[in-house]
Amino acid sequence: MLDALDKRLITALSRDLPLTSQPYQQVAQELGISMAEVINRLQKLRQKGVLRKLGAVVGHRQLGYKANALVAGIVPETRLETVGQQLARHPAVTHCYARPAQPGWPYNLYFMLHAFNRQLCQAMADELMLAAGICQYRLFFSTKEWKKTTMIYTFK
Amino acid sequence: MNGKQESLSTFDKTLLNLVQTDFPLAERPFAVLAERLKVDEALVICRLAELKAAGFIRRIGLFFDSRQLGFVSTLAAVEVDEARRQTVAEAINAFPGVTHNYEREGEFALWFTLISANEEEERAVLESIAALPGVKRLINLPASRRFKADVCFWLE
Repeated sequence: MLDALDKRLITALSRDLPLTSQPYQQVAQELGISMAEVINRLQKLRQKGVLRKLGAVVGHRQLGYKANALVAGIVPETRLETVGQQLARHPAVTHCYARPAQPGWPYNLYFMLHAFNRQLCQAMADELMLAAGICQYRLFFSTKEWKKTTMIYTFK
Repeated sequence: MNGKQESLSTFDKTLLNLVQTDFPLAERPFAVLAERLKVDEALVICRLAELKAAGFIRRIGLFFDSRQLGFVSTLAAVEVDEARRQTVAEAINAFPGVTHNYEREGEFALWFTLISANEEEERAVLESIAALPGVKRLINLPASRRFKADVCFWLE
């Protein structure tokens, strides 16, 4: 379980890490603990899976990945686990989720695919889905980013 | 073909790969990276600041698992009157739990992810978005299984 200090640490570290020699110094000061204690707590949170990632997220558009599609597929329930795991192994797939179909919306498997252009993205989706044996799927290319941020977790 | 990636030096690419995949959990993480890259800590910090300013890095920090923290999350999409698209997008962005909001091709113009403290809060936000003028339909697509949520763009 998380104690009050963990929660304050998580809220404070939901924001970007400062690019300074000792990036945890400020949060340690605010919480009245040592930097070693901050690291120790973060290590425990990482072991528990609460801290799922540490490091950088790159600007993929800036790196040339101009074609970004949400791919939605219709996968038989019995094959969902296998197909999901198979797709997740591909390096160009960054997110992959099973999401139950909704009334009037039959898609139940979703993943994000990134490529330098639309043709490459489409071809990659076609190849992935062919390999997975899925013939019903659609690509929803993103045309505008309205918001992309990280959650600031606050606890009651 | 890969656009601005070509403007990156081999050092920058190595640094970007390293901070995406193996960012150390340490009191002085940039000093650890510097040691691995056989350069000064100050250079690592300086390059990262430059890469961030240029948009090659979106964020350096910690990423927590919302579910492990007791929060609930979902993906939702709305079908919107074209004339109201911007107003609706901005209204969706205004919710602090909305972390991503993308305009996409297809019948659902806006796709957003929402993190909430509990299901009641989530329902309230989705209901108020569904009631926005110009919103014709909203689909809520909560995940039943996460296969992958690991954004990494490896640079050669």
